[in-house]
Amino acid sequence: MAQIKIQNVRKEFGAFTAVRSSSFTIEDGEFFMLLGPSGCGKTTTLRMMAGLELPTSGEIFIDGEEVGMKPASQRDIAFVFQMFALYPHMNVRKNISYPLVSQGLRGEEVKTRVAEVARILKIEHILDRPVGGLSGGDRQRVALGRAIVRRPKAFFMDEPLGALDAEFREHMAEELRALHDRMGATTVYVTHDQLEAMQMGDKIVVMNHGSVEQFGKPQQIYDWPATKFVAQFIGSPSMNFLEFDGMIGIGGTSVDLGGIRINVPAAREGRAGRLTLGVRPEHVTFRDDAPYRGRISAVEYLGTTQIVTLSTEHGDLKARISSAQTAREDELLGLDFDARTLSLFDAESGRAMISEGNEGVLAHG
Amino acid sequence: MSSYSVTEPSPRQKWAAGILVIGYALITILPLVWIITTSFKSPSDAIAYPPKTFFTPTVEGYVNVFTTRTRLSPEQLQALGEPTTWYDKLVRKDGLVISGPSRFAERFTNSVIIGFGSTVLCIVLGTAAAYAFSRFKVPLKDDLLFFILSTRMMPPIAVAIPIFLMFRSLGLSDTHAGMILLYTAVNLSLSVWLLKGFIDEIPIEYEEAALIDGYTRFQAFYKVVLPQAATGIASTAIFCLIFAWNEYAFAVLLTSGNAQTAPPFIPTIIGVSGQDWPAVAAGATLFLVPVMVFTILLRKHLLRGITFGAVRK
Repeated sequence: MAQIKIQNVRKEFGAFTAVRSSSFTIEDGEFFMLLGPSGCGKTTTLRMMAGLELPTSGEIFIDGEEVGMKPASQRDIAFVFQMFALYPHMNVRKNISYPLVSQGLRGEEVKTRVAEVARILKIEHILDRPVGGLSGGDRQRVALGRAIVRRPKAFFMDEPLGALDAEFREHMAEELRALHDRMGATTVYVTHDQLEAMQMGDKIVVMNHGSVEQFGKPQQIYDWPATKFVAQFIGSPSMNFLEFDGMIGIGGTSVDLGGIRINVPAAREGRAGRLTLGVRPEHVTFRDDAPYRGRISAVEYLGTTQIVTLSTEHGDLKARISSAQTAREDELLGLDFDARTLSLFDAESGRAMISEGNEGVLAHG
Repeated sequence: MSSYSVTEPSPRQKWAAGILVIGYALITILPLVWIITTSFKSPSDAIAYPPKTFFTPTVEGYVNVFTTRTRLSPEQLQALGEPTTWYDKLVRKDGLVISGPSRFAERFTNSVIIGFGSTVLCIVLGTAAAYAFSRFKVPLKDDLLFFILSTRMMPPIAVAIPIFLMFRSLGLSDTHAGMILLYTAVNLSLSVWLLKGFIDEIPIEYEEAALIDGYTRFQAFYKVVLPQAATGIASTAIFCLIFAWNEYAFAVLLTSGNAQTAPPFIPTIIGVSGQDWPAVAAGATLFLVPVMVFTILLRKHLLRGITFGAVRK
């Protein structure tokens, strides 16, 4: 199939810069997620890869060939739209066979290919129906069918599950991932749903305000966010930020948080000034004799776990603990942080400081 | 959608609405009924007072509209011998004899050529322009659209004199091409605006999907956008045809011998032999037929077209 490489791609719409200088590489066969809030430039990036939008500057390579200025019809890729964009004046069979007709395939060959796709997607029984009366899920399958029938170099999907109701979305997400694993085609998938991205993606690019914030495997991004934005966007509840004035030298293994020493992964760069300590809720534990104290202000019960909100000297902090533990409001507790998992950010720029923990993840990104 | 009332109208409201609609329908249908019945009356029945609701139908009016007749003295008629055709016989009892065909058929053909010709041209040009305005970045788009619309801000006849002079010096007076061009020019603003509305409603993703599927921009337009715009094109075509078909003032001014359309011709029937109202009514009735057939053929589209934009899919 295809490797896709994005190099310094930039897109301006008049005075508005939708994408500023993005670079990343999608390896052959990867399920690749473009993740970010709405308006972050993820869809524009995808549309540039597909040829529906021309980049203002920069290069896009598909299989080593520069395609930035090539029309969509010559890129040999398939696109699944959020609203499916099934041709309303054609039935299911015609919709699926339409890309083949443009390639000049005829008669038997088209029939065989459509039948094969219909079997994979389990839509054989609706082939001769008009697309108008189909359910959301069936429309989604037909849209996928139209994409896979031509065996393209890559699949581009723009929030393909966004128009489905929540219950069905999960089911379709599994189907999609299974389909990808079976076909092994490079897939680029745009979503604003971090759970969907974590669940389905081999790799994730997190974008914000037109820039790539981080690029990596889901776990790397979750464990070692490159910026405060990523830390906040990924994970629910999101990472706790404790802002403080302090300093850390190269090789330093602790920071002074309001007079209390907190161990952190050994620093690979030093800084003094406004810093932010990032703590995932599940890395907070309660220990009576811990010096850092917090008072419980709210408890949310979530089945096997519960989310405990504590007020501390540095603002609210959320902890995810087992539901077996008891937590009562107004209780004053000692808090322990798992030292190996902590991140330190420069509070001004929001950038993560390189440490023993994240150097492997952030050095190349 | 939000300001919709979901309450069913009460039976009384339904009755009131029904009566209103029926009343309105009667008012609009009455002139048509009058014209159609008059066309089947004899000249004396046509001017009888009070008007006759029941009368012996005759096709004399239709015969008269297609023919010219000469009055002969009884001796001359005697000399001609027995009438050979049914329509000969029909005029003979009034002391007339058919002296040749009238120019009605020719004028009617002109109307068809000019009406449908300008409609087709209007739709072709209008669709292309509307598509460009809807999909492409056109510099000064809004100003251009306003400019196009502004050509309809005065009655077209207000520019009759300059058009008359231009047509004369360009050799377009009294030609089919001239009239087709003129009606196209008048209708084009309407057609661009209407069609732009329809094309705007077609999601751009359909074309993008076609582009991705390996089609060129033109193929995408032709195979995906056009079928989607069929409703809009049909209703726009009806509006254009009705205007071009019924247009009277320019036709009087710019056509006489060669390219005269039916509207200026029909009133001239009156003077041939007294006030021949049935012949005028017959001409008007026949004149209604093409637009009626065209509208009936496209009425499904027309209904959807009139409500376009009102209902979101």
